[in-house]
Amino acid sequence: MKKQREQLLRLLGSAGKKAEQAEVFAVSTEMAPVHFEANRLKQIQSQESTTIALRIFREGKVGFAVGQGAGDVETLVDMAVQTAPFGPRANFEFPSVKDYPRIDVFDAGVPRLTMKQMVELGSELIARVREHTPDLLCDVGVTRGISSVYLVNSRGGEADWEESFFSVTLEGMLVQGTDMLLVGDSESSCRFSSDVSPLAGRVITQLERAKSTAALSPGQMPVIFTPLGVASALLVPLVLAFSGRAVLDGASPLKGRLGEEVFDPKLTLWDDATLSYRLGSCPCDGEGVPSQRIPLVSRGVVANFLYDLLTAALAGKKSTGSGRRMGDRLPAPGISSLVIEEGRGQFEDMVGDIKDGLVVEQLMGGTQGNLLNGDFSGNVLLGYKVERGNITGRVKDTMISGNVYQVLKEIIAIGSEARWVDGIFRVPHLYCPRLSVATKA
Amino acid sequence: MRDRFSRVLSQCSADYAEIRFEQSQTTQISYRGGKLEEVSRSYSSGGNVRALVGGGWGFACFNSLERLSHYVALAVRQAKLAKGEAFELPRREPVVDVVEGRVKKDASGIPLAEKKKLFDEYNSAMLTSPDIQDSRIAYRDVRRRVIFASSEGSYIEQEKPDLTLRLTAIARGNGEIQQAGLSLGSVGDFSAVENLHTAAKEIARRAAALLHAPQVKGGEYTVILDPILGGVFVHEAFGHLSESDYVYQNEPLQQVMVLGKRFGGKHLNIVDDATIPGLRGSYKYDDEGMPAGKTYLIREGVLVGRLHSRETASRMAEEPSGNARAINYLFPPIVRMTNTFIEPGNASFEEMLGEIKEGVYVRDWYGGTSSLEMFTFSAGEAYMIRNGKLAEMLRPVVLTGNVFVTLSNIDAIGSDLDMNQGGGCGKGGQSPLPVSNGSPHIRIRHCLVGGG
Repeated sequence: MKKQREQLLRLLGSAGKKAEQAEVFAVSTEMAPVHFEANRLKQIQSQESTTIALRIFREGKVGFAVGQGAGDVETLVDMAVQTAPFGPRANFEFPSVKDYPRIDVFDAGVPRLTMKQMVELGSELIARVREHTPDLLCDVGVTRGISSVYLVNSRGGEADWEESFFSVTLEGMLVQGTDMLLVGDSESSCRFSSDVSPLAGRVITQLERAKSTAALSPGQMPVIFTPLGVASALLVPLVLAFSGRAVLDGASPLKGRLGEEVFDPKLTLWDDATLSYRLGSCPCDGEGVPSQRIPLVSRGVVANFLYDLLTAALAGKKSTGSGRRMGDRLPAPGISSLVIEEGRGQFEDMVGDIKDGLVVEQLMGGTQGNLLNGDFSGNVLLGYKVERGNITGRVKDTMISGNVYQVLKEIIAIGSEARWVDGIFRVPHLYCPRLSVATKA
Repeated sequence: MRDRFSRVLSQCSADYAEIRFEQSQTTQISYRGGKLEEVSRSYSSGGNVRALVGGGWGFACFNSLERLSHYVALAVRQAKLAKGEAFELPRREPVVDVVEGRVKKDASGIPLAEKKKLFDEYNSAMLTSPDIQDSRIAYRDVRRRVIFASSEGSYIEQEKPDLTLRLTAIARGNGEIQQAGLSLGSVGDFSAVENLHTAAKEIARRAAALLHAPQVKGGEYTVILDPILGGVFVHEAFGHLSESDYVYQNEPLQQVMVLGKRFGGKHLNIVDDATIPGLRGSYKYDDEGMPAGKTYLIREGVLVGRLHSRETASRMAEEPSGNARAINYLFPPIVRMTNTFIEPGNASFEEMLGEIKEGVYVRDWYGGTSSLEMFTFSAGEAYMIRNGKLAEMLRPVVLTGNVFVTLSNIDAIGSDLDMNQGGGCGKGGQSPLPVSNGSPHIRIRHCLVGGG
């Protein structure tokens, strides 16, 4: 670690000789996934990787290079220098912050976890779910990981922290003739948990609700999105639209609508990078701007957009600490954890309220349409028909289409129990009055 | 390198072990908001060891070769812990070979300034239409060299260049946003993305026109797919189901996917072929060192083959097909498609169209995905068909269906096979893998269509 730190400081120093400002961002990750296929232990892996990103301001422009694995300091500096003449104008300064509020994102229990324990955990999960449905074929992944992050810039800014990661994923398949039922869910956070019951319970509920199939007639009908349904159908367009970059480019439908009531007044939504043990949390973003909670929608009104340093400077705003690093790209505005505030609705009451309708648990291909406009459309991979206040079975050959801004303009109820989906979305159930549903005759 | 790898592998106690080591250099250029957003360069080097002990796999990847024997030992330990049901890897003669990338106009050798000049021109071409609010260009070229060494004595070095370009024009009007795009790719050949000025103008015109286009009424239609979308269809709807890692441990699915079973009409032939020169899914050896192959999946409407890794072939007692691929050294190889297509038939577009009273003609792609039985994909461009003629332009549409029913609903196959090189495939967290898809124009009865 110390050796690597010295190398990074040498890189910063070397870059500093050829640039007005320089910034080095390094992440070292150790991951250990255990995979089960078709109920059987299949593969145990370990992955180590280190990525170093160098960003410089040279003759007023941003140069950028990324290195993974063996390569010397000068190669990276040369590559960044080569790109600088073509880069965007350097219109901001790197923050000189050194002290950040403490955010808990490391659980010492995660690195202590042995491969054997992970194998046992996966086996237990499969056994629990198959106790309910013996013929189910489960693919299970149990993964632990730790990352250490180091950020340093030529203006004296410096941040460094450790993150842990633990996730359990189950995908189950039940084949009967040419009919395939797919169920599944996952759980991930920075913290180790030896309790697989909540995950097993959710999958068993899916199996229970999908026991029989029910025919649905096409048309407009009320729809309940479960938390998984909300995440698979509605959130990706919103994530894109709240990016300050999309707003600046005019590619967001929310451009020019700050302060306007665009959504149902029941809807409140925020981004929060300060939550303890959440995958999106960190003391600062990928540029050294301290993390914060950013209201995005307050009682239906558009409250803020997300900014990194460069976009903020272009838009005449302040960075919201949302400069996220993805792969070998420059930081760009992005979410940390997206949270929809819980409402007062109970799932049972929502179902009880519907004469003819649909519960959407998993939408397939929800993100393949014109996302920028908020359009979504896809196959209901897992969904249930509601008849006279009861779930009567799983639907097949069913497709829903809609627009996020229309759907979230009028919500009948928001569920009172939110849960984490994919480790970065905290979402409750949403009950919408009407959505267009197409089915096969 | 060869000596070192073979020495380490010969000392290892696994039933089988392999080392993959790769080095790559990437250049990315992106435009957004009507201007150049980012130019970046990156390098990467790293490798992995995969070991097999008694049917279980261990896999350890690393950035530095310094402690290679440590990672070999780690992979063996993991494999012992994972121990599954034993199987014999299919025997093949060890291969020693060096495969150089043969590229007409090597993208990695072209100066940044020249690339920027060309993309500036495309960007301006898209922005000439007054309704265009935003233009985006995403370009990436990669030069990659992969070394493969196995305990069976194979040692293969392969050059694997790749290149992709996507142009997107975004129109805005009446508070709505519409987009149209173009995706292209090549095996590192820059000439594949040259001379697109007219195409760039055309996508801008289409994005603007979409602002005034109506939405399709959801329901069942007869649809005609263009070669690009036909390719996405064959990849999503059938290709994934042919990947044996989904099938080999799933007995009920094996009953469904039994060789010899009829899936479509006599005119239907579906092929996966990694041996066609110059396509993004092509290679000489896969990531298990197996020679690339051409596999008929469906011949005259009947299921005749599937895609295999060495393990799935052994466990299903079929021949290995050379389809084990990994996107990079961080991942183990899994069963993947290469260049997948529907072979040409003899129907003409006019004939297909002429027989449709009300239907939808769909072109180009936004995306697509499948869950084995069910598939869904979206068209970037769509037109109503009324009384045998193309009618009004529609907003993007999404098509969905059940593969078993849909393949038998293909009732006409054109003669105009075309391969699309702009796609990438995702599976098991490994995305995007370079593949290509293709088809002639095809007509499908009773397809479920929803508005995008």
